[in-house]
Amino acid sequence: MPDAAKVVDAKGQTCPMPVLMTAKGIKEIESGEILLLEVTDNGARSDIPAWATQTGNELVESEEADGVMKFYIRKK
Amino acid sequence: MSSDPDAPDSMTIIAFSGDLDKLWPTFILSSTGAASGMDVTVFFTFWGLFPLVKDDVRITGYDAMTKALAGMNAPGMKKAKLSKLNMGGSGAWMMRKVAEKNKLAPPEDLFAMCQEMGVNLWPCQMTMDLLGVQPEHMVEGLGEPVGAATALQKMAKSDINLFI
Repeated sequence: MPDAAKVVDAKGQTCPMPVLMTAKGIKEIESGEILLLEVTDNGARSDIPAWATQTGNELVESEEADGVMKFYIRKK
Repeated sequence: MSSDPDAPDSMTIIAFSGDLDKLWPTFILSSTGAASGMDVTVFFTFWGLFPLVKDDVRITGYDAMTKALAGMNAPGMKKAKLSKLNMGGSGAWMMRKVAEKNKLAPPEDLFAMCQEMGVNLWPCQMTMDLLGVQPEHMVEGLGEPVGAATALQKMAKSDINLFI
């Protein structure tokens, strides 16, 4: 797993909060650093990759276990 | 989706209805658009203006008829009605309960997110004049009231234009 400079816990949150929390979190780290988003909302499965494409931030890795999705996003 | 991530897209939403069930998509799309780097503007016009009135302002208007209209269409986001199945407010109450149970943020919170994310929130000047809504009636953090030409100028440059 990449080392995360910041972890955003959006577990239990639904659309659009995980995306909004990710956008806020990414502002708080430096370019090149990794943000780890933990989320349970099923919409995030497509929303987070769409958000990353739209904003130019890189979705480095994602995994899912026990109903929790983890997205590792590198700030552009 | 933007082919060039350095060139943010833009979106303009005409918020016309003021209905509770339409505030959700309006604020969800606008906050998410802003969070995605888009330049987002919401132009609040006609019934859509009333959710911007402070919840503790009961009546707006400047004469008997405009005051009566405000009385029949209570201003304030907390009093927004469902576009269908409102049933004297019990439908709206149930929808808020269902949203809460499913962890969907209420329109008030999403509106605050829109403000935090830098969404341009423009009240319609003509509606304010027509229905007697004064600037001091409205919530903080809005843009200057504008007219149709300003809204159209923004829409002409927007990649996404919605009427909700």
